[in-house]
Amino acid sequence: MAEPTIYELSSPGRQGVKFPEPDVPQSPLPTEFRRKDLPLPEVSEVDVVRHFTRLSQKNYGVDIGIYPLGSCTMKYNPKINEVAARLPGFALTHPLQPDDTVQGNLYLMYALQEWLKEISGFASITLQPAAGAQGELTGVLIIQKYHADREDTKRKRILIPDSAHGTNPATSSMSGFEVVSLPSDDRGNVDLEALKGLCDENLAGLMLTNPNTLGLFDEHVVEVIETVHAAGGLVYGDGANMNALLGIVRPGDLGFDIMHFNLHKTFSTPHGGGGPGSGPVAVCEKLVDYLPDPIVTIVEPGDEETPPLYGYAHPAKTIGPMKSFQGHFGIFVRAYAYIAMHGSQGLRNIAEMAVLNANYLLSKIKGTYTLPYDRKCMHEFVVEGVWKDAPGVRALDVSKRLIDYNVHPPTNYFPLIVHEALMIEPTETESLDSLDYFADALLKIAKEAHTQPELLHEAPHHSPVRRCNEVLAAKQLILRTGPKPNA
Amino acid sequence: MFTPHTPQDVEAMLKAIGLSKIEDLFQEIPEKYRFPELDLPAALTEMEVNQDLESIARANGNTSEVLSFLGAGAYDHYVPAAVDMLLRRGEFYTAYTPYQPEISQGTLQSTFEYQSLICSLTGMDVANASHYDGATAAAEAVILAYHHFRGKRTKFLISRAVNPQYRRVIRTYMRGNSEISILGDNQETGFDASMEKLIAQIDTNTALVMVQYPDFFGRIIDYKPLAEAVHTAGALLAVSVNPTALGILTPPGEFGADIVTGEGQPLGIPLSYGGPYLGIFAVTNELLRKISGRLIGQTVDAAGELAYVMTLTAREQHIRREKATSNICTNQGLMALASTIYLSLLGKQGFENVANLCYQKTHYAANQITRIPGYELAFPDAPFFHEFAIRCPMPVDHLLDHLRAYDILGGYDLGKDYPELEGCLLMAVTEKIHREDIDLLQEALREVTHG
Repeated sequence: MAEPTIYELSSPGRQGVKFPEPDVPQSPLPTEFRRKDLPLPEVSEVDVVRHFTRLSQKNYGVDIGIYPLGSCTMKYNPKINEVAARLPGFALTHPLQPDDTVQGNLYLMYALQEWLKEISGFASITLQPAAGAQGELTGVLIIQKYHADREDTKRKRILIPDSAHGTNPATSSMSGFEVVSLPSDDRGNVDLEALKGLCDENLAGLMLTNPNTLGLFDEHVVEVIETVHAAGGLVYGDGANMNALLGIVRPGDLGFDIMHFNLHKTFSTPHGGGGPGSGPVAVCEKLVDYLPDPIVTIVEPGDEETPPLYGYAHPAKTIGPMKSFQGHFGIFVRAYAYIAMHGSQGLRNIAEMAVLNANYLLSKIKGTYTLPYDRKCMHEFVVEGVWKDAPGVRALDVSKRLIDYNVHPPTNYFPLIVHEALMIEPTETESLDSLDYFADALLKIAKEAHTQPELLHEAPHHSPVRRCNEVLAAKQLILRTGPKPNA
Repeated sequence: MFTPHTPQDVEAMLKAIGLSKIEDLFQEIPEKYRFPELDLPAALTEMEVNQDLESIARANGNTSEVLSFLGAGAYDHYVPAAVDMLLRRGEFYTAYTPYQPEISQGTLQSTFEYQSLICSLTGMDVANASHYDGATAAAEAVILAYHHFRGKRTKFLISRAVNPQYRRVIRTYMRGNSEISILGDNQETGFDASMEKLIAQIDTNTALVMVQYPDFFGRIIDYKPLAEAVHTAGALLAVSVNPTALGILTPPGEFGADIVTGEGQPLGIPLSYGGPYLGIFAVTNELLRKISGRLIGQTVDAAGELAYVMTLTAREQHIRREKATSNICTNQGLMALASTIYLSLLGKQGFENVANLCYQKTHYAANQITRIPGYELAFPDAPFFHEFAIRCPMPVDHLLDHLRAYDILGGYDLGKDYPELEGCLLMAVTEKIHREDIDLLQEALREVTHG
């Protein structure tokens, strides 16, 4: 049943929360600045709580079931994270408080910086970027300034594999670079010969996701990086798929110059229905001076009796700040809790179970679903959601039918180099039973595609709403509502 | 913990894949670098990590223990209990971007309501589903204006009274674009309320003029003459707002703003040491197709029932790749939800009450402080909302240090960003501050200054 909007629930005179009368003498606001009308809804607290609770019931989340959305790492979000981030000592601190009144916050950020550096093998890190996309922008701006500072101004070309996420090319062109797409070879790796042909004095850098969006670890990654370095370029690592590498290999050791993390993927902070994320950026030794400021540092070392004094450092050649203040601190608290609960072995176990889950699931459906690159995968894999002998059925139909089995669909139509792609990332927090259930659903749907294709075309059948008309939405462009005319 | 595998499960799964041990999954990783020993602290249990974090949090002095007049872009407002109770629903916070509208109507409809509420507040036609924060929303306004004129207009004028952090972030965002110049915020242009010197710089090469409302010093400025000058030159006017002020102030949509950006943190989002916050972004209908980020629109489902979906996605990076004008993938979903719940709970009356309380208490504070010999308003003629700049008779850093002895965080030292305002303190007063708190502040200032 359709839920009315909050404006439709409005009744003149209702109010959810009341505030005290002013306890000070009145100072009138000059009338020329006073707004004539404030068209906000008028609802009680009960109205609000029921409205948003009912809305929540129309959502699917990790807390409900498996959410194998490829490249998004929809793992379980531990509840202690949420409790910790709301401790008054964290939640009620103002970002401009004097450093000596926020030593707890600064310590936590410092520790998180050190841990992430250790996990990734880089020399320095900024926690500031708000999300993966902003981390990418940070990295690309560092590449830009690094070359500019060396007066190496010809370097305008950024190479991006054709399997990459759309954010990579968007970020590069937004930063003034020319984007050249790099083909993949027949095993899903970067095509080394094509790469060599594009590595010259115009090369600024390469943006590489490894494991890539096919879930494949590039078999020549060290050679790829050395080729770019030999031509004077920098290698940016998109850390979207870091969940596969925790304790398995450190991108910094492989020779990457820059990498962003997605704390909301790898380190279990919630996705929030599309944010907030957090995208710290780590760099190698020669780029430490370019990081956005500020970065937490020890300003006075401690001794046995007193803890060190933490404060902020401002990198000498910084590209400048990426956003207000220090970053998504509330997310740092959650990521800190998560890493603290795992330690070295625990982190490695995460990657191992994530890769085991993906390979197990793949082994169950391979053959029924076409696997374009027949290799062992890392934490995710891509299959085709289409069959020659089931004409008319597309990957989207498979996805929508999964909803009827109470499974969140995989990522659809991405990466672009796979026909009718279904990109599946089960994550390590799914049990064997859960994977078996999911695999069975996929196998049943493949059968239905051949025997009852209309079941797929019309799916989902058991969701809060049926398939939505996206063409109509773009045509009528109703992007807002407002008060009822007579209210 | 969070991986449910028993040893028997692992064995059975390996067998199904045809491997004998876990390590075999990682043969493609160069052997030299495989399985590094990470130097991390030993794993803690949930109880231990809880205790650890409680003790870290206790090492901070928070705003519930001290009297804080800090604002300058982040404000300590009361957040009603229902906001956080609803945010904690797993269906909301453990979901991702609503790619599958059939099972994301909760996120989609609440975001549609968020867009509607932002339009109501700002007086604009269209709001997006949010950006990261006030600073990046301002940077997105610059990017929008650059593309709106297809790169042909290259001058961007930003008032010096726009939050200094926002101005720095804009410069970071635009550093890859060597063709444009960002001007208007030098000391010479100043921040005179008449805006004359800024207006004088507007020409037909100007793409965008950006101001803040109330400005960084809390001043309420009549931007109508500026708007007229901007539009005469065919340029766009962007106004960065404090949304709380819009509870009582004329919305920018009514004085000619083409783009409204702002920091949404005051709308029910905790200070949380700087984030996550919320970037408000709204435009006129004319700019609807230039807006970056997510947009949620109304539609119907296959059964003809009302439904909501992400719309105009063809603008976005996952489809346009290098031709996209912004790389933004997500929004601040949960923070937008927090502000939606907050605005709904307070509603027409409550939100105006909060704005009015801020205004009244701030004016009382300014009055009480300027009664102390040596203290005067830095901008004595300008009306102000819930923040004001006060010129102090002693160096601001000393003053702030002294106030600390009274458990008072006095405010923000403007000399850090503005050499011409050396000796000035920026103070913010919200509805949480009581009259007695202000009297206590006055008393403390008196003692600190005059012994």
